[in-house]
Amino acid sequence: MIVAAVITLAGLGLIFGGALAYASQKFAVEVDPKVEEVRELLAGANCGACGCAGCDQFAEEVVTGNAPVTGCTPAGAEVAAKIAEILGADMPVDMERQVAQLKCVGDCNTVKVKHIYDGARDCRAALMFGGGPIACSFGCVGLGNCVRVCPTDAISMGENGLPVVDKDLCIGCSICVKECPRQVLELVPETKKHHVSCRNQDKGKQVREVCSRGCIACTLCVKKCPENAISMVNNVAVIDYSLCTNCGTCVEVCPQNTII
Amino acid sequence: MTSILAIIFGAIFVNNFVLTRFLGICPFLGVSKKVDTSIGMGMAVTFVMGLASLVTWLLEYYILQAFQLEYLRTIVFILVIAALVQFVELVIRKISPVLYQALGIFLPLITTNCAVLGVALLNVQLEHNLLEAVIFGVAAALGFTLALVILAGIRERLELVAIPKHFRGVSLALIIAGILSIAFMGFQGMM
Repeated sequence: MIVAAVITLAGLGLIFGGALAYASQKFAVEVDPKVEEVRELLAGANCGACGCAGCDQFAEEVVTGNAPVTGCTPAGAEVAAKIAEILGADMPVDMERQVAQLKCVGDCNTVKVKHIYDGARDCRAALMFGGGPIACSFGCVGLGNCVRVCPTDAISMGENGLPVVDKDLCIGCSICVKECPRQVLELVPETKKHHVSCRNQDKGKQVREVCSRGCIACTLCVKKCPENAISMVNNVAVIDYSLCTNCGTCVEVCPQNTII
Repeated sequence: MTSILAIIFGAIFVNNFVLTRFLGICPFLGVSKKVDTSIGMGMAVTFVMGLASLVTWLLEYYILQAFQLEYLRTIVFILVIAALVQFVELVIRKISPVLYQALGIFLPLITTNCAVLGVALLNVQLEHNLLEAVIFGVAAALGFTLALVILAGIRERLELVAIPKHFRGVSLALIIAGILSIAFMGFQGMM
């Protein structure tokens, strides 16, 4: 009796096992094992910073050579090196971890309010109405589109009405940079401490009229920077991060407190 | 002929596997976000259930009952279903990678889908002959697909509606499932 049961089950198992083994050969799908290896290394947030529809597709594109090994910014340089190793490719230029940085200091105390906006809590919607609620036509509207799109919840709204980026949580995916209708967010190297927090391209006088901390293009920082890392582009100071040594001279000399 | 029609109608509407017998709830909630994937899942389940009904019926009458091994029924049926699902997974992966990705984890989960085991055991319990067993299996799976597609259709429309925060997602899906179940109870009076 027991023998019959054992034979039945073992026999069935053997038949099914054999059939499956045959089928798995017959219907085998060839997958490049490298794709799987690369996929394992990626950050896995499916953030889309690489331009592909998710990490799986990026892994495939990298292996086929259609995407650069450094494409996954959230995973960073270490992973890029590992991917390059898997593919037997040369590791291109070293890549530094980048985080989002707000290029605006126009909070409720510094920037003039043009009108009270009470519509949908959306930066784009606010800008459609009379060119936005703040007098500055370059600054942050402060309605938090960046907060909502951030895949890692790294951005939150500060008490002064400006978004605050948590540098530890930020993966440098640049989704907020693309989302911001005023382009006041920018990816900067994580190691650099000082940033020009203004994008206003108007002349100094006009800037002073709308904001007490905007860049008035006085060029003091340009003159005082010991590394000559700062230049004036379209009436705004711009720091060349590849030259910046974090010395902080520009922060001290800026009369408007624009550089922080 | 009328008995076969009764089996089909009964399995799809009166004793709908999901909404009346409450079998296979996991994929019912898991794969009902989009109509396309729910149809794919329905087709996969229909194939598995039809084939499982056939194979389990043959095993039941030619091996288990012939050797008085009825007590092995559950484990043998599970073995059959697991092997079949593996097979279907292989085939789908080859034929339609898109469907394979869309079904995701729910494809292997058909293995543990109680609807499939349920149809095999009910075939024995209701003493169906071979033809009736296969038809019952396919019809039950079509009933499952019907429930899945209805829920998916409703959930697709709900995506566009302002829903109070606490009702969003699975909680509202469960409430809808309950209302659908009540609606399908109405078919009880027809038999």
